[in-house]
This record gives sequence, C-alpha cells and structure tokens, in this order.
Amino acid sequence: MKVANRAPIATRDGFGQALCEIGATDERIVCVEADISKSTRSCLFAQHFPSRFFNVGVAEQNAIGVAAGIASCGLIPFVSTYAVFASMRACEQVRTTVAYPRANVKICVSHGGLTPGNDGVTHQGTEDMGLMRTIPNMVVIMPCDFTQMRAAVFAAAKYDGPVYIRGTRDAMPHLYDEEITDRYTIGRAIRLKDGGDVAIVAIGDMVSHALRAARELAGSGLEAMVIDMHTLKPLDENIVVQAALQTGAVVTVEDHNILNGLGSAVAEVLAERAPVPMRRIGLRDTFAESGPYPALLAKYGLAVADIVDAARAVVGRKERSK
Amino acid sequence: MEQGIRRTIAYAAQMRYDVVRMIENVKSGHPGGSLSCVDILACLYFDVMRICPDEPDWPGRDRFVLSKGHAAPALYAALARRGYFPATELGKLRQIGGILEGHPDHNHTPGVDATTGCLGEGLSIGIGMALAARLDHADYYVYVVLGDGETNEGQIWEAAQVGAHYGLGHLVVFLDLNNLQFDGTLDEVLRPWDLSAKWKTFGWDVQDIDGHDHRQILRAVSKAKNRKNRPHMVICQTTKGKGAPVMENQCAWHSIVNLQQMNDCLPKLAQEIRRYEDILNAADVW
Amino acid sequence: MKTYSMRRMYGEALVELGASNRRVVILEADLADATKTCFFRKHFPERFFEVGIAEQNMVSMAAGLSLCGKIPFVTGLAVFVSLRVCEQVRTSVALTRANVKIVGAYGGLCTAENGPTHQCIADLGVMRPIPRMTVIAPADAVSCRAMVFAAARYDGPVYMRILRDNEPVLYSTQTASRFEIGKGHRLVEGTDVTLMAHGLMVSTCLDAAELLSEQGISASVVDMYSLKPIDVELILEEARRTGAIVTVEEHNVIGALGSAVAEVLAQEYPTALLCLGLKDEFGVSGSHSDLLEEFCLTSHHIADAAESMLIQVKNERGHTEIA
Repeated sequence: MKVANRAPIATRDGFGQALCEIGATDERIVCVEADISKSTRSCLFAQHFPSRFFNVGVAEQNAIGVAAGIASCGLIPFVSTYAVFASMRACEQVRTTVAYPRANVKICVSHGGLTPGNDGVTHQGTEDMGLMRTIPNMVVIMPCDFTQMRAAVFAAAKYDGPVYIRGTRDAMPHLYDEEITDRYTIGRAIRLKDGGDVAIVAIGDMVSHALRAARELAGSGLEAMVIDMHTLKPLDENIVVQAALQTGAVVTVEDHNILNGLGSAVAEVLAERAPVPMRRIGLRDTFAESGPYPALLAKYGLAVADIVDAARAVVGRKERSK
Repeated sequence: MEQGIRRTIAYAAQMRYDVVRMIENVKSGHPGGSLSCVDILACLYFDVMRICPDEPDWPGRDRFVLSKGHAAPALYAALARRGYFPATELGKLRQIGGILEGHPDHNHTPGVDATTGCLGEGLSIGIGMALAARLDHADYYVYVVLGDGETNEGQIWEAAQVGAHYGLGHLVVFLDLNNLQFDGTLDEVLRPWDLSAKWKTFGWDVQDIDGHDHRQILRAVSKAKNRKNRPHMVICQTTKGKGAPVMENQCAWHSIVNLQQMNDCLPKLAQEIRRYEDILNAADVW
Repeated sequence: MKTYSMRRMYGEALVELGASNRRVVILEADLADATKTCFFRKHFPERFFEVGIAEQNMVSMAAGLSLCGKIPFVTGLAVFVSLRVCEQVRTSVALTRANVKIVGAYGGLCTAENGPTHQCIADLGVMRPIPRMTVIAPADAVSCRAMVFAAARYDGPVYMRILRDNEPVLYSTQTASRFEIGKGHRLVEGTDVTLMAHGLMVSTCLDAAELLSEQGISASVVDMYSLKPIDVELILEEARRTGAIVTVEEHNVIGALGSAVAEVLAQEYPTALLCLGLKDEFGVSGSHSDLLEEFCLTSHHIADAAESMLIQVKNERGHTEIA
C-alpha cells in the first residue's frame, strides 16, 4: 500500500465529488437533500444536475420516504444529511421504507462521530453505525479517506440494495492512492499491516490513528496487525477470526459508542468463533461535548496513546492466560 | 422613548455585540440566525419573563425554549447579561470544559430550560411544560422561539395540533421569519405558502409583527396574555444577520463566511452599546 | 402453567402507581385500549394526555413535562416508541437526563399477523447504545409490575419493553419485588450450559432446560431482564461455571442481549457464546407460535442448538475457555 503525500481532505468532499462523477455517467443517479447541501457537499451535484436534485428542506424523515419512492421507480437516489439525522431522526423510516423492502437507496451522511466538534452533542453522530447495523438488510460503511470514500460511493451505486455511508466533517489524512478504487469491495476488509502480537481493527477516521499506534508499538517491540474494516456490515468475519487466531489479542477502534458498533460486531464474531482477549476503543457509552475534534478525541479516550495502552493491556492478558 | 423599551433596546445592542464576539472568538457558530432573534430574546429576558437568575430552577418561573437551538449564542448572551453566569463565560463558547455548549444543554448551562439543537423538537417540549403548568395550576408562561426553516419538520405540526387541542393559552411561540434557511430562501427550498393562515387553521391565535420593533414585540405579548384559550403564534418578520450589515439577508451567514468581516463588525456594534451606558452599567466590550 | 397478560398488568400497575404518586402522568398516541393505559385514563383523566398518532411529539412533550417535575410514562407500540422516536429520545430525553419512562408494548414478534412493519425486533438494540438510557425487558406480568415501580423510583430515562398476552407467570410477587435495575435473576442453576434470555424466551428456556436434562445436560436458566445496565457479575459467574452461554431473544441477534453479553465476555472472560434470535432478518406475517417456529425460537430449537454448541465446544477445547 502506498500512502499518498497530499493535503488532508474531508471525506464529505469525496462524497460530493464522487456523486458528480457517477451522476455524469448514469442518469438514474438522483440526490435528495435535507437543506444542508453546502455542508454535505451535495451542492456540487445540484450545480451540475439541477433537474435530478431534490431539496426537501429540514425534513429528514420525508427525505428518506421520498428516496424510497424514487428508488421504487428504478432510479438510484442518494440521500444526504448529517449522521445523527439520517440514522436516528429517520430511523424508523429507514427501517420500514428502505431496509425492509430492500429499496435501492444510498444514505450518505456527513458529520459522523465526533467530527462535528464544536457544534456539540446534538450534531455529533456517535451511535449511528450501531443503529444502522441493527436494521436487517442495511450495508454500513465508513471510509477512512477521500479516495476510499469515492470508491465506496462508486461501489454503493453498483450495489443493489440499501447502503449507509458515513463521512467526516473534518479533513482526514490520505491513506490510499487512486489505484484502490478499482479493487475496493464492499465487505472485504483491508489488512494494512501485518503483525503477530496484536490485531488492531479500526474503521473510518480511526484507521490513521491505528497505523500511528502500530508504529509506536513497534518502537517497543510489539508488532501489531492493522485492519481497515471499512465495511461494518457485512463484517469481514473471516479476517477477524484469522487475525484472532494469528495474534491472540484484538483491539477495535471507532469514533463511535463502544456499544453496537465495530467493537460489538467484532466481539460477537470472536465470542462465537474464536474467543480471545479483546479491548474496545471508542466512546464509553457517553455523550461527548462541544469542543475541537482533536481535543475531544483526547478527552474521550480515542487518542493514539489510548490505542497503544489498550494493545499493551490486551497482550498482557493474553500472556497471563498462557 | 419609554424607559422600558429603551432598556430592552439597550440590552439588544449588548447582546448583538456579544453574539458576534463570541462566535468570532471561537471561530465556530451560527451568526445570522442568532442575530435575527436577538430583539425577541431581549424583550423576553429584560421585560416580559418572570425569572430569577439567582434561582434558575425556581418552580414558579416562566420557561423559555429555544427550539432553533443553533441560535444558542443569542440565548447565552441574554442569560449572561441577565445574571445567570459571568459574562466571561461567553469567551468559552463551544470550548471543551466550558458551560456553553454548541447548542443549548439544560445540564450544562444555568438558565437553559431545555436541551435543543435538532430542529423540530423544542415546540413539543414547550407544550409539555405548558401542560405541566396546567396540572399544577401554576400561572407561569412558556415561551418558544422557532426557526422558519424549522417548520419544514413534521414534528412541528404534530405539536401544533396538540397545542390547540389542549387550548394552551399560556404558550407563546415566536416564529423568527427571516426567510432564509441553509440552502436558500424559504420559497427556494420548500415553499411555506401562507404561514399565518396555516397556524390559524391549526387553531392558534396568530399575530404578525416586525420582529425587530420592541414596541410591537411587547404589545404582541400583552395581547396574547389577554386571549386565554388558544396557544399564541407571533410571526416575526426579521432580517437574518440583523445589526451586522455584511451579514444582513445573506443565506451564507447561517454559518461563518469570513472571520475578518466578523471582526470588522465589532467596532460599530460596540459603538451602539455606548449609546446606552446609562443602562448598561455592567456591560463591557470584551 | 398459569398465564397473565403483561400489558393488562402494565395498565393495572400504572393505576396503582398513579394513585400513590401524583407526579405520574401518562402520554398516549391513540392506542390506549391496546396498551391498556385506558385504565389510567378512567381513574385519572386529568393526568392522561392523548396526543394522537404523533409519537415524536409525544416523547419531546414528555421531556417538557419531566422538566417541570412530572414523571411521564410514554406508551406505544414498541417500534413506534423506539425507532420512530430515536432522535427525540437521544436529545430530548437522554441528553437532557429527563425522567421519562418509555414503554414499548407488543415487543418482539407478538404483533404476529400484522407483519414486520409492526413487529419490533430492533427496539432494544436501538435504545441500548443511547447513553444514559436504562433498558429493561421483563419476562412475565408479575416482574413487569415490579419493573414499573422500579422505573418510577429510578431518577432518569428508562425504556421498557413489554409484550402482549398470555405470558406464563414465572414469579411470585415477593420474588419479583427483589428485582433491581442492573441485575439479572437465575431461575435454575446448571453446570453444562447457560441459557440467558429476556421476555417470553425466559419461559421457553425453562422448557428447553427440561429437554436438555432429559439428555443428561444440566442447564442454567437466567432472566436478564435488565439489558442496560447489565448484570456483569452474573454473566461472569455463569461463564466461569458452565463455560458455554446461549443467549435467546425475540430480537435481532445484533444489538441487544447477544451483543451485550458478547461485549462483556470479550472484555472480561472470553467464553463460547451462541446467540439465538432473528438472524438479522425481518419477520413475516403469521401466528405468533408459527413465527417462533419459523425463526427457531421454540424450546426444541433452543435445546438442539445448545446441544450442538456443547459438542462443538468439546471438539474445539483449545479455543473455548481462556482462564
């Protein structure tokens, strides 16, 4: 894997650009927006394809229903709004009008996790992926960088069924080069680094943190495997089980509540197929607060140092159990 | 000018300065929608509302719900100047460890009666409070400020029906009608048609006023209090960004467009405060 | 076995509660006869608020009432007072720490013939990850009554799932009076496998345990009525004793009891776990008993699954228990 040397960009920008690209080649692509197009970046699509852009105002539940109706007529609607509004405000509509009928609706949200920062808890979507995971038929993805977001949007457009893609408000470092776009597959995790002592499974904005943690661990003689679990559902269970059997110790990292998100998903798989010591890094079932995103990560236990500590702790438990 | 109105106008001037200053300071927030409702809040907090800053939880107090929660800076300015907490806290808006969250949080800030921020919910909370007052045979009033784009949300209309059904005469709701939402004008995004007629049809007592004219605001509250058996909707024609010419009537100033431009507004806003130094004796240009 | 309708008991408990606590108020979204809040309406009409088919408004209204010192119980069909009001619960109730009790009736598959739109197999999973929410799911009418009173005593937001009709009575009033939020209850102590459940599946697990004992397998049966906070100690006690846990619920295997137990075991004591429930699928229309058969939630299915799991555990001895 090559790491590109470019200035960080928010993954919501990747969404905006990718939507325009697929909109140019496929007339079935439509966008339904809930009044925040400049923020979600669907404004780009609005500029290029105004006849296929529908702003329904501050009305997310209606947005989901409208998208379901559009999908039922053979078009491919992308709904854009913020994570907390799509997953929670419109939760039942997603379940009933999108997931249950397997409507070909793609819900692409911005402001996932703690990235809304200063806006505060009401706008921080920190339980969204877990909620979407609990609904049958939903595919749930959180790309880690601009390039992977574009790849995910292209893949979602090709996939026949409901998809939830979570983007970030803040700029993210580039981890992938363009060449991954053709190789990207929904549900197939990416092993970014090999290592035999501990497996760090991360998603979205936490993938770069996991890589930094792995470098720090290497400095003290611990070799960490790092897995980019960009698709939370369907989870790549085989890679999780392999990682557990190979390392015997697993840490999960997510900008999300530790309940029902990546940590839970991995815990479920390990408990049923390969029980090994495990630690979950994420929000410890708490709301955060207003503040800059980096400071919130540090305060709420999502810093690189927290990942390093968790890895050491879980390796320690592994050693003691031998 | 009557002394009462001069007082509310003075505090509105102070609050305008505070709003622009605190958002510029943290480089984050919603200036346009905060400024458009300053006059409504100034009238409520410095004339209308029966409240006690030393006892924020006094059960007999009037309640206030900022349903358009992103206008939190305006509310915080009102609360600070009214004495709920030191004005120095305004400099810590949206900062980690501070008491002023990005959107109003009942558990974080003295004087905030309800946690809001996700549009469409505050009116329902206000209705709950009004029903509680009725149950307790209490005579406090409940005031709510709604955003105009916020009325896109279905929950607003669910709440509207209940308010009228229960004849909540102690509920007074102000609609901050600045005609701009995030993605454009109301007509461009989701045409509202005749808002006045809509609320009347939902069973509310409706008044239409200039939302920056303190005399009209205070008279509207007075009229509302004389009409007992229906909830009250006061539709306030306002200007987004009112008081800061570069922001006025500009959709983009829902959020911050240009920090330097914000900073450039401050001297004139400070100058406006100095006109009322006989009233704003605790005021400061911070 | 004697049965009693959980929702009927719920309605009766509210009347009892309302008589002793004037702060209790009820909000209803047009289903009073179904949820049995109609009993409260008859006795205390001034404290009963009908809001129509508008659950989101109902939840935020409840927050407003609680901020003025009331203890509102909000009742509706489970799917509509969980998924439909998810964000209002998060912001108006949980973030506010509002003292609101949300009761979802007809949880699981018991709306049966009404089909998947009205069945609720995700409510607990949606409420559980919201910080500050307490989530409970009593197994019978007697413990439901106890939980209504426990919820009223507890200062903070609660979501409680109740069922429909004809649930077997498992407990005496005296036993149930000792139930606490944050605790579970062991009905049977066994040594080979633990069957852990909530709601109707608790009595089903009792039947499954009897079937297992006929095969010489000793099964514990645990009623995990409090999903959040969950009784971590009880889970670990069972894990240490049996080394094999089966969770059973009328819910998606993702999000509720199965996930909660997996999280605890992964964190504290990796142990073999099998999660039974709906396998990330929607229900279908049919009679309740047919649906339980269809989705492998009968005592026979549970017993068979537990038995297969134990065989697998024995074969994979190296992976199942790390002491």
